[in-house]
Amino acid sequence: MKAQQKQIGAPMNRVDGHLKVTGAAKYSAEYELPGLAYAVLVGSTITKGRLTSIDAKAAERAPGVLAVITHYNSPKVPGYDTAGKDPSQPATVGGPIKLFNDDKIRFNDQPIAVVVADTLERARYAARLVKAQYAKEAHQTNLEDNKPQAFLPTSAKKNPKSPMADYQRGQADAYKTGAIKIEGEYVIPTEVHHPMELQSITAHWEAPDRLTLYDKTQGTLATRRDFAKEWGLPEANVKVIATFVGGAFGNALHSWPHESAAIIAAKVVNRPVKLMLTREQMFTMVGYRPYTWQKLGMSATPDGKITAITHESIGQTSTYEEFTESTLAQTRMMYASPNLTTRYRLAALDIGSPIWMRGPGEATGAFALESAMDEMAHLLNLDPLEFRLRNYTDTDPEKNRPWSTKFLKECYKLGADRIGWNKRKLKPGSIRDGEWLVGYGMGVGTFGAHRGGAHASAQLRPDGTVLMQCATTDIGPGTGTAMTQIAADTLGIAPEKITFELGHSDYPQAGTQGGSSTVNSVGPAVQQACLALKDKLRELAGAQNPAFASAKKDDVALGDKHLSLSSNTAARVPYADLLKQAGAASVTVEAKPGNEGQQYSMYSFSVHFAEVRVHELTGEVRVSKLVSCADAGTIINEKTAANQMKGGAVGGIGMALMEHARIDDRFGRYVTKDLADYHVPVHADAPNIEVAFVNQPDLKVNALGTKGIGEIATIGVAPAIANAVFNATGKRVRELPITPDKLV
Amino acid sequence: MNAEPELESPHDDSRRTFLKQSSVLTAMALVPSPVVTAAAAELDEKVAAAFEKVPLSLKVNGTKHKLKVEPRTTLLDLLREQLHLTGTKKGCDYGQCGACTVHVDGQRVNSCLSFAVMHDGQEITTIEGLAKGDELHPMQEAFVKHDGFQCGYCTPGQIMSAVACVREGHAGSEGEIREYMSGNICRCGAYSNIVAAIQDVKQGGQKV
Repeated sequence: MKAQQKQIGAPMNRVDGHLKVTGAAKYSAEYELPGLAYAVLVGSTITKGRLTSIDAKAAERAPGVLAVITHYNSPKVPGYDTAGKDPSQPATVGGPIKLFNDDKIRFNDQPIAVVVADTLERARYAARLVKAQYAKEAHQTNLEDNKPQAFLPTSAKKNPKSPMADYQRGQADAYKTGAIKIEGEYVIPTEVHHPMELQSITAHWEAPDRLTLYDKTQGTLATRRDFAKEWGLPEANVKVIATFVGGAFGNALHSWPHESAAIIAAKVVNRPVKLMLTREQMFTMVGYRPYTWQKLGMSATPDGKITAITHESIGQTSTYEEFTESTLAQTRMMYASPNLTTRYRLAALDIGSPIWMRGPGEATGAFALESAMDEMAHLLNLDPLEFRLRNYTDTDPEKNRPWSTKFLKECYKLGADRIGWNKRKLKPGSIRDGEWLVGYGMGVGTFGAHRGGAHASAQLRPDGTVLMQCATTDIGPGTGTAMTQIAADTLGIAPEKITFELGHSDYPQAGTQGGSSTVNSVGPAVQQACLALKDKLRELAGAQNPAFASAKKDDVALGDKHLSLSSNTAARVPYADLLKQAGAASVTVEAKPGNEGQQYSMYSFSVHFAEVRVHELTGEVRVSKLVSCADAGTIINEKTAANQMKGGAVGGIGMALMEHARIDDRFGRYVTKDLADYHVPVHADAPNIEVAFVNQPDLKVNALGTKGIGEIATIGVAPAIANAVFNATGKRVRELPITPDKLV
Repeated sequence: MNAEPELESPHDDSRRTFLKQSSVLTAMALVPSPVVTAAAAELDEKVAAAFEKVPLSLKVNGTKHKLKVEPRTTLLDLLREQLHLTGTKKGCDYGQCGACTVHVDGQRVNSCLSFAVMHDGQEITTIEGLAKGDELHPMQEAFVKHDGFQCGYCTPGQIMSAVACVREGHAGSEGEIREYMSGNICRCGAYSNIVAAIQDVKQGGQKV
């Protein structure tokens, strides 16, 4: 038998590419169901207070309207009674807001009614006829005004070892007494995920106690759990289907009010109901990266050794949920500072809850830390890369453990060569190209190489093809493709013979797609399922041919139509015979991490180098070149992994230069309401992005050696650009985004 | 969509309401019981709705459609919700993202910004109509080869725009492609791969 070409690492085209380029890939609002009705949400026009009345008569009378549901007439949702009341618990069941359960308004555009009609146009028209009266209360939507009220998160109060608790090594705030010191305040405004697919759900009660959801979610099982609880149903009675997810970047890591609304509506009208949010509604009710204030102080010796860092942050949360993220994590472990203090606080505002947005808190924190590194290097008159090398640490200074692997120095070298770092001048404003000032900057990123338990199944079909299933989702990185490659190598068959199905809660369990953990977790499950399948086939074949019974499982070879042995190709059992006798050959396995996580500090690392051009007169910033290098362990697919890195870098350009969701605090309402007001990078904003991987396996994370890419692709990009802008102009911008008004 | 607290809706005396009321009034005046029954059964509603639909002939991906549509139905919603051609995506509904790009008589158009009734007698091509049977269009091939997407949601719009970009003669350089493709947002950030795909098709000289 011809040896199969190794697939892991190969730049294989996506297995679902054909479906995506022909329009055949089905997203959650694209399922044709008999009797489908359309739902449109009506939002509150005040920010805080109570509803005193809703006049739905005109809407109810409008043509085609099937129902107008408000808290006055909504059916009782059984899970609301049993939902926890502790605001520190992430998400009350089915979403933080118990939709249509009371008259309380907690944020502007909170859904107060859902209108259901037989067509979208009729539902949309009728929604405009719903009138509400309110008793208004004073609201708070500005974090800067509310900094004095900032509080320690409940999780930190309960557990002083929580990553959200205050952290101290060496002396507290020691930077203040340092001879060479810097101190600065940094602000990241609210940013919104804005995946291109609007948040959508199609809810279908197939029986009074059986619910099927076609939903945009990053976790089919998390969504199933939330809504099974909300409706008091056994989880087996709820099916969540998310075959294709049109991007998410974190905003489908939580169950939201519109999902509850669609399910309630489907119950009331007894028809399947589709609900797609508008782009405005994407700002208000499905999460965002929270506005975060940070202060960072650092001291160093004249020869460039950091002596102390204090990093404080206050992030925004809602009044009904405590959202926390790891804003200060990178500061604690990246540089070998003997004295280090971090303090994380929250301020609760009358705005919907935030949710992790790509790179989450680490990207926010890295903006402050990596900007400060550049500021200190400048003060010391040192090359910022050299300054980082002088503070490089070969063990984790936070947990005092060895790294599982760390190839960040290799990343520095790869990136510096590619950007042409030697062209950079220490003195800002030294390079000019006509009216453009040219500058170079760098920023480092890191994110935990997280791994959770996962299940996968593998089934051999009589035609020699293999069907694999897992409940994981693919929001864009190419999960199905990577898993197919892992399976192909493990089974020793061509990838075309493997079908990997995902995005269905009935499939074997796996965690939510988030925190760069999918390949780390699901990859080993796929690998082990394939090994288990081989062994099962060997056993089955052993009943027919004794050569198999005594063979090692590694020796089993899957041919086109026969099972054989690599060491003895004459030993053959046709699949048809094998499966006729056994009926089917399928296995489901679970792969779980061991205790390596307690012995080693496991992180992915990245470094981003930016070349920018700043127009001297207009202050326009163009990123002319970006180089992103990653130590992300084994790269499963060079093509999709590089694409993911490039995408993260584009997200970083948005963060650095344009993204800013702005609220008019007088009304507590977003004034950026669409993609014309809230700018995200377009083709013309994205330069060619060069990507390089160290591609060294980390076998402490899993047997494949992967560490994760999704977050480190973004973390560190924004400070690289901000630092390059400083190098070009001598202007230090500590409040993102770097818009022209801040430079002229 | 926000509920306006004290706004008297001007739509209350819309034509539809007028028709509805007048048919009921007529029914009351004449009092033949079948008509009253018709009103009770909301047949008046159906009559009113029928009045509001406009005949429309369209050719979509080579197939002729004779339809009756409400004037307020966008081309995008007609394609997705009535013709079940869901390859064309809704990303913003305001012509700001390009996910809904289709060709109308060969020109790229944001289908969300145009009412279906404006296209009587015109020829629409959507992503579903680009391939010839199983044979992908060269631009579709190039997107797969260069991995010009991640989640795939903006992809149909990017491809329809990319084909038009080449046909218009706006794919002369990388910079020109970036400029003329800037109406199509890819939040996953696969931009440089999309540009590479377009350049490949352009340089390949295949007929697009």
